[in-house]
Amino acid sequence: MNKIISAEFLAADIKRFVIEAPKIAAKRRAGQFVIVRIDEKGERIPLTIADSNKEQGTITIIVQGIGKTTKEINNHVAGDFFLDVVGPLGKPSHIENFGTAISIGGGVGTAIAFPTAVALKEAGNHTIVINGARNKDLVILEEELKNVADELYITTDDGSYGYHGFVTQKLQELIDSGRKIDFVLAIGPIPMMRAVANTTKPYGIKTVVSLNPVMVDGTGMCGGCRATVDNKTVFVCVDGPEFDAHLVDFDLLTKRNRTYNQSEKAALDNHLCKLDKAFVEAVTTES
Amino acid sequence: MPPLTKKERMQISRQPMPEQEPLARSRNFLEVNLGFTEELARMEANRCLQCPKPVCVEGCPVGVKIRDFIQLVSEGDFLGAAAKIKEDNALPAVCGRVCPQEEQCEAKCVVGVKHDPVAIGRLERFVSDYEREKVGIRTPHVKPKTGKKVAVVGSGPAGLSCAGDLIQLGHDVTVFEALHEIGGVLIYGIPEFRLPKNIVKAEVDALKNLGVEFQTNAVIGFTDTVDELFENGYHAVFIAVGAGLPYFMSIPGENFNGVYSANEFLTRVNLMKAYKFPEYDTPVFDCKNKNVAVFGGGNTAMDAVRTAKRLGAKNAYIMYRRSEKEMPARLEEVHHAKQEGIEFVFLTNPLEFLGDEDGWLRGVKLQKMELGEPDASGRRRPVPIPNSEYIIDLDMAVVAIGNGSNPIIQKTTPDLSYNKRGNIIVNEENMKTSKKGVFAGGDIVSGGATVILAMGAGRTAAKAIDNYLTNTEAW
Repeated sequence: MNKIISAEFLAADIKRFVIEAPKIAAKRRAGQFVIVRIDEKGERIPLTIADSNKEQGTITIIVQGIGKTTKEINNHVAGDFFLDVVGPLGKPSHIENFGTAISIGGGVGTAIAFPTAVALKEAGNHTIVINGARNKDLVILEEELKNVADELYITTDDGSYGYHGFVTQKLQELIDSGRKIDFVLAIGPIPMMRAVANTTKPYGIKTVVSLNPVMVDGTGMCGGCRATVDNKTVFVCVDGPEFDAHLVDFDLLTKRNRTYNQSEKAALDNHLCKLDKAFVEAVTTES
Repeated sequence: MPPLTKKERMQISRQPMPEQEPLARSRNFLEVNLGFTEELARMEANRCLQCPKPVCVEGCPVGVKIRDFIQLVSEGDFLGAAAKIKEDNALPAVCGRVCPQEEQCEAKCVVGVKHDPVAIGRLERFVSDYEREKVGIRTPHVKPKTGKKVAVVGSGPAGLSCAGDLIQLGHDVTVFEALHEIGGVLIYGIPEFRLPKNIVKAEVDALKNLGVEFQTNAVIGFTDTVDELFENGYHAVFIAVGAGLPYFMSIPGENFNGVYSANEFLTRVNLMKAYKFPEYDTPVFDCKNKNVAVFGGGNTAMDAVRTAKRLGAKNAYIMYRRSEKEMPARLEEVHHAKQEGIEFVFLTNPLEFLGDEDGWLRGVKLQKMELGEPDASGRRRPVPIPNSEYIIDLDMAVVAIGNGSNPIIQKTTPDLSYNKRGNIIVNEENMKTSKKGVFAGGDIVSGGATVILAMGAGRTAAKAIDNYLTNTEAW
């Protein structure tokens, strides 16, 4: 059982939790993840560790409520408990002083890219952060990133805030400006990571992405998270989660991530249906 | 009544195991075998010749005093029999269900030379169930505390049997488990219909009552390294993390949706209870009215195919590249599978999985094989028959061809010796590794084997650890 110390929404459906997990807090390094299970009937959900505090023995995770389980996670408040939190899992990010490094986060991927941006900065890189969101309301961690980045660019798809356009357009501008860029990290939705990979490939810029396949145990035991990298099968949980973006088969990743779409939709509909029913019952009882 | 003569004992035939009717059970997850009644148990126990030198014991990896417990069963002292078994076996209700007795104790049974051997496994199961159901599992005597602490890494059969012995010897024991439940393969791998999870839980609870501590969600290597376990005050470490890295076949199309490792398929269904989706949140491929093939011929393959059948598969195939004779699965499992309508396709090897443009499995290209000369395992090698390829429709495939060794301990504990396959190298007499204070056993040492062999290794290690703890200077 892991106690939730604080919980707050950063944007609609995106919630930040600080959880008691002293062992994980002491050990974790940028790029690693935990698996969370909320109750006896719950799924095992992999979530990247966004931050940690060794002294207080806490870790931070940021969750976007999309399916039944992530929505249920986001119903938790400070003082509640998660039944199981295991980690730190996966290989830490490979960090060195590359020179100029760009960390790109899309949507909730911003949270996942954040610890690596911190680590890149600490390693002495000139660290540029591009933080993309669909609109102004979905921009997260702006303050935190300001404190880390040498240069911060916020992009919104609809132009409601910051740079009007996709993260890749901003990236292309930076490349076109003739600056020497030595390393790019991209974390976010698959289409965005693929687009970043396609943008940097012609220039031979070393680019790393963090993959987010379906997982069960997270320790290499089931092989459900397999992906193809450099034409070879890898287990993302133990061989990754970070890989050379120019070698990842994004097509396969996209398709495999759809394996349980139907079941997940059914579970969510069923869940929402029950919530409606509970609401109706509550209202009826009150009146 | 005077005791039965040897001749009279030999005239009793082996008592059959009552079981759920095949059609009914192929649609539910309840246990297939129902267990002996008291009458059946005493009748079966009377078949034992009470040999002066019981060779059956030699066939038992943990050395259960088989003759003595069977004598107690024949006298009707079932609780005495349960206690006798527990002197040597921490998980009797588990072993009575999943041990391959036909290759071990029962293979040595003298009665078996001319007749069917005494049903030792069924009797073991009966007495442990009897005790649990009638009076609850009683705890054996524990020696005074020694003040020494042992860390057991992994809560599968090897870890549990080692922990059970060490706690009785007076040591403090903590078992670390990576998953959220205790039991390892007994929980995630072996299905409910062969080994009900409440039975595993009861035997684990018995170990808790003896004082064994369990920590779930602890991935040794990541959460704590082996060295940190010593820093945290443990005097010895037993590594029993299992094999746990599924092999695939390296054929095209293996990453199509609908292709599973046996580990993933079984873990979703057993540990995560996907057969109760959506009551439980974890989904699994919907097998209803689908064509399912399981590739492999071991017990895990049988578990997977019978699980698929229970999930509603229209056709559930075992596809095995050798012939029936070479199949490593237990005879009982094969027999049960056949009764339940599993179709066996022998001498057939997959060449390629075929899928649609959305990435879903749609079929498999197969090749017929014939048996050639014996290979290193002594079994005749399967050889492809030219121009025998054919294609069948397939919606789900499970690859059940075994496991390699999980890399987490190796990557985080480089100062242990490993072989080429990543198995930890030990002295098999005492399970000592190349690193002082560290012992290892079970599948991480032997490669994929059986529950009882892992338990045997756990016992051997417990003895050696006890010995080591009396003088930690020597290694």
